[in-house]
Amino acid sequence: MLDGRGLIRRRAGARLWLSGLWLTVFVLAAVLAPLISPQDPLAQDLMLERLPPAWVAGSEPGYWLGTDSLGRDVLSRIIYGAQVALAVALVAGLATCLIGSALGLVAGFYRGWADRIISRIVDIWMAFPPVLFAILLIAVLGTGLTSVILAIVIIDWTRFCRVVRAETLNQSKMDYVHSAKVAGFTRLRTLLSEILPNVLPVIVALLTLEMGIAVIVEAILSFVNLSISTDQPTWGGMIAEGRTSIHQAWWVLVFPLIALFFTVLSFAQFGEGLRERFDPVLR
Amino acid sequence: MSGFLEIRGLSARLAGTGQRLLRAVDISLPAGSVRGLVGESGAGKSMIGKAVLGVLPKAVEIVEGEILLDGQDLLKVPPAERRRLIGAKAALIPQDPLTALNPSRRIGPQITDRLVDILGWEKARAASRALEVLAEVSIPEPERVMRLYPHELSGGMRQRILIASAFAAEPKLIVADEPTTALDVTVQKQILKLISALQARHGTALLFVTHDLGVVSKVCDTLSVLYAGKVVEDTTVERFFAAPQHPYSRALLAATPRHTDPAASLQPVPQAVIDAAMAEIAAADAAWSAHG
Repeated sequence: MLDGRGLIRRRAGARLWLSGLWLTVFVLAAVLAPLISPQDPLAQDLMLERLPPAWVAGSEPGYWLGTDSLGRDVLSRIIYGAQVALAVALVAGLATCLIGSALGLVAGFYRGWADRIISRIVDIWMAFPPVLFAILLIAVLGTGLTSVILAIVIIDWTRFCRVVRAETLNQSKMDYVHSAKVAGFTRLRTLLSEILPNVLPVIVALLTLEMGIAVIVEAILSFVNLSISTDQPTWGGMIAEGRTSIHQAWWVLVFPLIALFFTVLSFAQFGEGLRERFDPVLR
Repeated sequence: MSGFLEIRGLSARLAGTGQRLLRAVDISLPAGSVRGLVGESGAGKSMIGKAVLGVLPKAVEIVEGEILLDGQDLLKVPPAERRRLIGAKAALIPQDPLTALNPSRRIGPQITDRLVDILGWEKARAASRALEVLAEVSIPEPERVMRLYPHELSGGMRQRILIASAFAAEPKLIVADEPTTALDVTVQKQILKLISALQARHGTALLFVTHDLGVVSKVCDTLSVLYAGKVVEDTTVERFFAAPQHPYSRALLAATPRHTDPAASLQPVPQAVIDAAMAEIAAADAAWSAHG
């Protein structure tokens, strides 16, 4: 009668470890930036402009990834750029997740007029081209970190809302929800303690995905010079500056791009890895 | 004779189209007895179970009738009060053990939550009661099982847990909605015996929804045969199997497989019987419309 089902152990997997490792490096870089940066990220020195990375002939010691056209150290700027990326990923990611998931749960569980209103708003929202919408919002809100985060939340909550609504609808049809109703639990209690735990794996996977997307959106806004002041290095800003001197100094563009790429990839993989490891339901 | 559960003249229809789903259904279930609700798919047998437990889909509206649970008309009390009444006095053994337990919560709290939060038991008392009922349905190592997730258990084990959970609060009425349909045949028999034994020991009234007359003959005292939302025969199990009165009942019985006489088994319900039953229902509907 008791079979082996309780004994299955799942491997954590390289996916979780590798992405977790990169994200740890990323978070540490952001938090410890003033301590670990080899140079001042804002110090310009025209004598040192466009120095190549350390392993290319003509490099200077102490400038591991070279310098940009104003002589600023690329590695230090990437490390400081992680601060903005981290702030955007965490704050925008979490806020988007909370708002979108809450609305999705309400729409999917209570149905009726709440669902009709929320779903129509989502439909309308998703008809806007997101990048143009973001640029428009920044134009209204003004530049700055808060505006960038606000713009991401305003645009992206629909992503959560749609998926969470669909999953809530699915779960609501299950017999266990039925049983909770028969037992006499209130609707709210059924939603929070019966349905939410089953929707949570999807929410976590979406959250990590959204963190990656938030980093990209910030980079795009920096790229079109609409993110935050030039005093704070950002990856998107670096990519935009590097673009003009791609033929003379490829490293100015390539290294922040690599940092961006691995961070976004790691967020998505980390979420997927977490779900594989901790979702009690083998899907 | 007045039962613990007394359904009188219950009629329901689909809100949108007005199609009739239940037609003046009368069902009486004395405390401690077992009544089978049989009929083909769509006859309304599950609908009656859902109506009793207050979980009808929104699209179904009750037109008239009474559902008396322990003397109180469930259709006349406000929704919150109805939920409380049903939660305290009735329970459900669901059809599909694979989806009837919450996959992301451990077994223990799924049994005890209801005792603690709805019935106001002490946590320790609820936990010891849960262990007690799990042992009663022959779950080995109940302490360990309480800490497991549903996916760690087999379908038969999960159905036992659901049965334990239904009996945990000592309800006076249990609605079993095809509780063995999703299980394989060998497990079905064990589960039926288990439900019967628990029902007898606890003196629970049991409303047993099924399409399987074989199951009815093993478990039930009385039965109601439903056709198109109407009770066409209300009788005891002995009388039904000895001499079914309604032509549809006879046809239903003839459609049951028998390994002793395979040739006579699985007879489809004759068209003449269906026509006669439909005419009977049309006449009843006409009378109903006239007085309504």
